[in-house]
Amino acid sequence: MWFEQIVFWALAAVAIGGALGVVLVRDLFRAALLLATVFVAVGGFYVMMNAEFLAVVQILIYVGAIAVLFIFGIMLTRDVQRGNAPNRLQIPAGVISALLLAAMVFTAVTTDWTTLAGAGRENQAQIAQTQAVGIPDATELTRAGLSAEEVESVAGSGLADLLIGDFVLPFEAVSLLLLAAAIGGLALARGRGR
Amino acid sequence: MSLEAMLVVAAVLFCIGLYGALARRNFIAVLMSIELMFNGVNLTLVAMGRWLAPYTVQEQLSAVLTGQVFAVFVITVAAAEIALGLGIVFALYRTNESVDLTDAATLRH
Repeated sequence: MWFEQIVFWALAAVAIGGALGVVLVRDLFRAALLLATVFVAVGGFYVMMNAEFLAVVQILIYVGAIAVLFIFGIMLTRDVQRGNAPNRLQIPAGVISALLLAAMVFTAVTTDWTTLAGAGRENQAQIAQTQAVGIPDATELTRAGLSAEEVESVAGSGLADLLIGDFVLPFEAVSLLLLAAAIGGLALARGRGR
Repeated sequence: MSLEAMLVVAAVLFCIGLYGALARRNFIAVLMSIELMFNGVNLTLVAMGRWLAPYTVQEQLSAVLTGQVFAVFVITVAAAEIALGLGIVFALYRTNESVDLTDAATLRH
């Protein structure tokens, strides 16, 4: 347990320190590299929350594609020498962010999440599942008193079932959005008159 | 590691991103700050799904993974946003010779 705590707080320190670096470092290129570090740390959080698929997606898309795109953008626009300067809104922006942060931290700390999580959870099997993470493994479910076929149906379900099942409409919509964004990005980057 | 700690870390990431998005002059720095905000939101979604999702066995645990499905959609939208955002960056750079947002006042007045 203490090992988990150490890893968690180390990842938190990397993520928050990197994020501060992204907004405060003058050199944009370094800011982009720090951003990639933040993405990796967030991927670590996903692994700790047993969302391994998301962790892989995070590394592939954020670190592999988005961070690299940012670096391309920075190199191509050659605004590096002017750096990451703040504008006149610096102080109001800081105040707004700090107030919002205080409100969110207050809510997160003072809300009694256990009653919320416990609502509608009556039987032993469900409690066992909440202690298991993500998809609980078969032995844990059997120990919690589920029959063999129930265990099979639980262990067989996953992200793919949800994406192609319950969420198929948003899934298709988001593919359309990606297509539109790709065409729009091409049209914008190509410029007018050509 | 608890829900509260995860939510606090996510909130810190989100607010740092918000500060960056509001207070930076470089367009690309603003886009990077927005990515930080996306990551904070994603962490919150996954943490809520991991610790709070009410679900029953009969529904095949779909509620547990719903947070992760939302996060997948957010990542997709973030990728689309970056594709468009960088398109706008290059268009802006071509017309203005800079990606400074305080110079980008063509649409004003």
